[in-house]
Amino acid sequence: MDRIKEFASTFFVTGDPLIYGADVAIVATMAAVVFVLTYFKKWTWLWREWLTTVDHKRIGIMYVVASLLMLFRGGVDALLMRTQLAVPNNQFLQPEHYNEIFTTHGVIMILFMAMPLMFGLFNLVVPLQIGARDVAFPFLNSLSFWLFFFGAMLFNVSFVIGGSPNAGWLAYPPLSEKMFNPGVGQDFYIWGIQISGIGSLMTGINFIVTILKMRAPGMKLMKMPMFTWSVLSSCLTIIMAFPILTVTLALLFIDRYLGAHFFTLDAGGNPMMYINLIWMWGHPEVYIVVLPAFGIMSEIVSTFSRKRLFGYKSMVFALMCISVFSFFTWAHHFFTMGSGADVNAFFAVTTMIIAIPTGVKVFNWVFTMYRGRISFPTPMLWVMGFILCFVVGGMTGVMLSVAPADFQFHNSYFLIAHFHQVLIGGVAFAYFAALTYWWPKVFGFKLNEKLGKWAFWFWNVGFYICFMPQYVLGLMGMTRRISHYGWDTGWWELNLVSTVGGFLMGIAFLFQVWQIMHSIKFMERDATGDPWDGRTLEWSLPSPVPHYNFAVVPTVDSRDAWWEEKLRRERGEAPAPQPKLEPIHMPKNSGIPIIMALCWFVAGFGFVFDWLWMAIPGLVGVAVCMLVYSFSYKTDYYIPVDEIERTEAAARGAV
Amino acid sequence: MNLARGFRRMLAALSLAGFAALMSGCTDRMIVLNPKGVVGRHQLDLIVITTILCLVVIVPVIVMAFVFAWRYRSRNGGKADYRPDWEHNSKLETVWWGIPIVIIAILAAITVRYSHLLEPSRPLESEAEPLVIQVTSLDYKWLFQYPEQGIATVNYVEFPAGVPVRFELTSDAPMNSFWIPQLGGQIYTMSGMAMKLNLMADEPGTYMGSGANFSGEDFAKMRFDARAVTEKEFDHWVEQIKATAPALTDQGYDELARPGAMGTQDYSSIPEGLFDRIVNKYAHGAGHSHGGAAQAETDTDPDLGNQHDMDDMAGMSGMEHHH
Amino acid sequence: MAHVNAHAGSAGKAGVAHEAGHGHHDLESLRLMGFWIFLMTDVIIFATLFATYIVLRNGTAGGPTASELFEMPGVVAETFILLTSSFTGGLAVLSMNQGSRKGLIGWLAVTALLGASFIGLEISEFVKMVHEGATIGTSAFLSGFFTLVGTHGVHVSIGLVWMVALMIQLGRRGITPVTRRKVNVISLYWHFLDVVWIFVFTIVYLLGVM
Repeated sequence: MDRIKEFASTFFVTGDPLIYGADVAIVATMAAVVFVLTYFKKWTWLWREWLTTVDHKRIGIMYVVASLLMLFRGGVDALLMRTQLAVPNNQFLQPEHYNEIFTTHGVIMILFMAMPLMFGLFNLVVPLQIGARDVAFPFLNSLSFWLFFFGAMLFNVSFVIGGSPNAGWLAYPPLSEKMFNPGVGQDFYIWGIQISGIGSLMTGINFIVTILKMRAPGMKLMKMPMFTWSVLSSCLTIIMAFPILTVTLALLFIDRYLGAHFFTLDAGGNPMMYINLIWMWGHPEVYIVVLPAFGIMSEIVSTFSRKRLFGYKSMVFALMCISVFSFFTWAHHFFTMGSGADVNAFFAVTTMIIAIPTGVKVFNWVFTMYRGRISFPTPMLWVMGFILCFVVGGMTGVMLSVAPADFQFHNSYFLIAHFHQVLIGGVAFAYFAALTYWWPKVFGFKLNEKLGKWAFWFWNVGFYICFMPQYVLGLMGMTRRISHYGWDTGWWELNLVSTVGGFLMGIAFLFQVWQIMHSIKFMERDATGDPWDGRTLEWSLPSPVPHYNFAVVPTVDSRDAWWEEKLRRERGEAPAPQPKLEPIHMPKNSGIPIIMALCWFVAGFGFVFDWLWMAIPGLVGVAVCMLVYSFSYKTDYYIPVDEIERTEAAARGAV
Repeated sequence: MNLARGFRRMLAALSLAGFAALMSGCTDRMIVLNPKGVVGRHQLDLIVITTILCLVVIVPVIVMAFVFAWRYRSRNGGKADYRPDWEHNSKLETVWWGIPIVIIAILAAITVRYSHLLEPSRPLESEAEPLVIQVTSLDYKWLFQYPEQGIATVNYVEFPAGVPVRFELTSDAPMNSFWIPQLGGQIYTMSGMAMKLNLMADEPGTYMGSGANFSGEDFAKMRFDARAVTEKEFDHWVEQIKATAPALTDQGYDELARPGAMGTQDYSSIPEGLFDRIVNKYAHGAGHSHGGAAQAETDTDPDLGNQHDMDDMAGMSGMEHHH
Repeated sequence: MAHVNAHAGSAGKAGVAHEAGHGHHDLESLRLMGFWIFLMTDVIIFATLFATYIVLRNGTAGGPTASELFEMPGVVAETFILLTSSFTGGLAVLSMNQGSRKGLIGWLAVTALLGASFIGLEISEFVKMVHEGATIGTSAFLSGFFTLVGTHGVHVSIGLVWMVALMIQLGRRGITPVTRRKVNVISLYWHFLDVVWIFVFTIVYLLGVM
């Protein structure tokens, strides 16, 4: 009995009222979900329509929902930190708890919020933009999602079981090694990221093949919509960078689990190697999430300026430059490691060079607006917010890249303010713009504009109130990751202001949730399928899009294919003769991805606690799933013509 | 809610934040902008130059973005020019590839020059002989050893103003970073190597110092004071410590190295070769390769070793891109 | 034009049989391309492992060094076996192209047997080292060694399971566009592992004993 008690007290995280509250909330939510599904007899529906789906649009929706949940958790982490720092010598959080919170905040926001939101947008938009009926590998796509999902769950479980990681979002050794970090938190970190990282890698491969091989006839590479280009450049970066992360985390795990000496202090290990490796992934990683944001900006700015995107070729060239250069800048994250003047100068210059294509992109957006006819619904407001915020963030980025000056910025709140400015002002704002922009395409109704604007203003005002003071705090010598500070520092007024800003962004998030719920309740069906007067192929389809996407695959002859088609119709030109409908070949749903990802979860959990009795069956399960898939040959079916006709008639009925 | 009103609100909020910042009188508290040492001054110059160069580009961009957004708004009733097919102009595009290229080229040249000038291991130009202070970051405190004076302190460091100080830095705990903002930028403290950082204070004063890189639970308590005094005061201080403080023994060091935060402390003497032993703590082969003689002086170029690793890593990225 | 890039597969109705054949080609070529990209990511995985090994190769920490540890005859045998298996893998593809199912399965079996003996030799080499006290935890050099060479070994082992699964599928279904693509993919994988081994042999073993 005592042994059980002792086990439980180490297995479950205990002793903190916040955690007990979370325990209750988690159990209650899970019970409620199970009850609702059972009561309304929705289990079969859930399994058939969602859990086993290989439809890119549904996978996209699941990504978005999961990422918004993670945004909530990461946001709560952020507000807890801001609360702790609001006044000097605050006792709200103990240091060890604070350390866990900033670690999980960083990991969740980048890997379990930004990445899946980005993948969600890839899934929702790319096949429709290029005139494809699905991605190249629908089964793998589903597997990618479930790997992300179970990886994220494994990471989040550490909150209530075993203990959270506490060595920072990149887990530098030796702090993250067994010697200084004997708990299981770091192993949760490794396995959570590792499992979802495999999913990210596969998504990268999937979309590269989709974009290169599945475009509608006539859509040459240089006629692709800019968002698709940005996805291609992001995916190319993924396939180059994520393998490095996979190896780095694996080596850290081997160190911790088998007592190897890759990054240990003793026996010839080299912690600096970890720092190099993790940033060789980590720096490209921030470009991975920001490149699609550039694509989003391009689509939206051109739609709402009712004008072609300015400087298309420059834009493509700039995207590719950024992809390539992102691999040559990693050492700017540790100029202060004493690598010598030449190494520092090299990485400083490569970093600055990235500012050139980035600046060109901003110019091109601005000149897309020039002589346009601009309207300002919420997506366009986000664009304006993005431009201001991203340009300022870019400027502080250039300031940080000047190696000798970085000796004064490094590890300070100046740095914190900078990367939040490019990640919130750049990435998050763009993704919010994309969500509101493509929402009607996905669900068939627009989000409420008024609430959307409230959310926009709260985000923006909150952002500047939160992070502008942090630049100043950095110049006042406040270093990152400190859990408390004294009255003597003179930092508290600005910290208080910053906390207020943080909470304003929290309110902004609530507005977004309210906006979504309100819009679902009072939706007005968009019958046109083209509520923004769009330019690219996805707007030629009814919303929501039938599951085969295109009844007839369109032929494309210009960049803004749908816009040109609309112009032709306006001019009264006879539409091209529609070919006869033919049966459409579609992939079948599959339960293997979710089961396989669950097996990974089991294996990962087993490794975290060093329970081989659990880890080995998990891995065997993974292998069995792969073999079962290899042996299944009937993975597809045809939609007959009459069913397509019925679906199209229903979907286009109102047009 | 229209754009203009929203924009005014944003401006109002911004200026409010700026005002709050000014009111709290933090301009002198922005210590990075108020350097008291030659290195910090150069770094401030660099910060100012960079800021100006960047502003040259971004101010026009921001202004243009908002002016165009206003001028070409559709609510304007279609008075402004509308050219929906205008999508390319070689001259304009050359200009805005050109401008950032020029700015970055200037900045790059400046950076390269300053990178060598401000290389932390480079001795500072001065008539005075540099004072050597050996710094060890521990869990969660700083140990300062004065090899020439034979004394040590914990969590505060004192040195004469106007005399270059050569800090030799290592760690007997997870990596940290040694930062005295008003004297100049930081450098990591890492186990197994002695990093070098040369700083000099212009004038006497007490400057804030901190551990800037997260190293574990009580990392926030790793603040220390850096006191620049006159040479006379410094000599007096040394004598006083020698006379009154306890000695630091090997055993005492082991206790000091255990995790925990503490206040300040003085030691009148230090064990022979302690710093070298800390640096070489994990170095295998002390006694293995050269029969005991290899108990290296700390100066056996840790920087070189470090550099070597960097080269390997650079080679590594090269490897990837060749595939 | 409707179907140039649609999914098309084998299990069509009679009415679409012609087109299905055409679409199949597309789908299988997509998969082959996907596999090429996967191999690129695997190249980066190995490149990273090689780089870590090179950084750590002198970190013997008082433990055995490469030249004390490696026994070249065994390694040369392993190399010879793996190279031969690459050759027999090539013969398997040739048989497939000649339409000989028996030849294909036979050569795949030979390839798998050679692969298995490679793994057997490698395991016995590792076991011997561990008995001599050279484990993954002995020094950074050995951590890098076991991880790099072990990762290659795991790849080969996965290839073996896969090859057996494929032989069963070939036995059941014969040479179809799907199985043909699968054979092409595994042969690509196998040659890739062979190339990686050549790098292992050169960088780890040859440079180690030199």
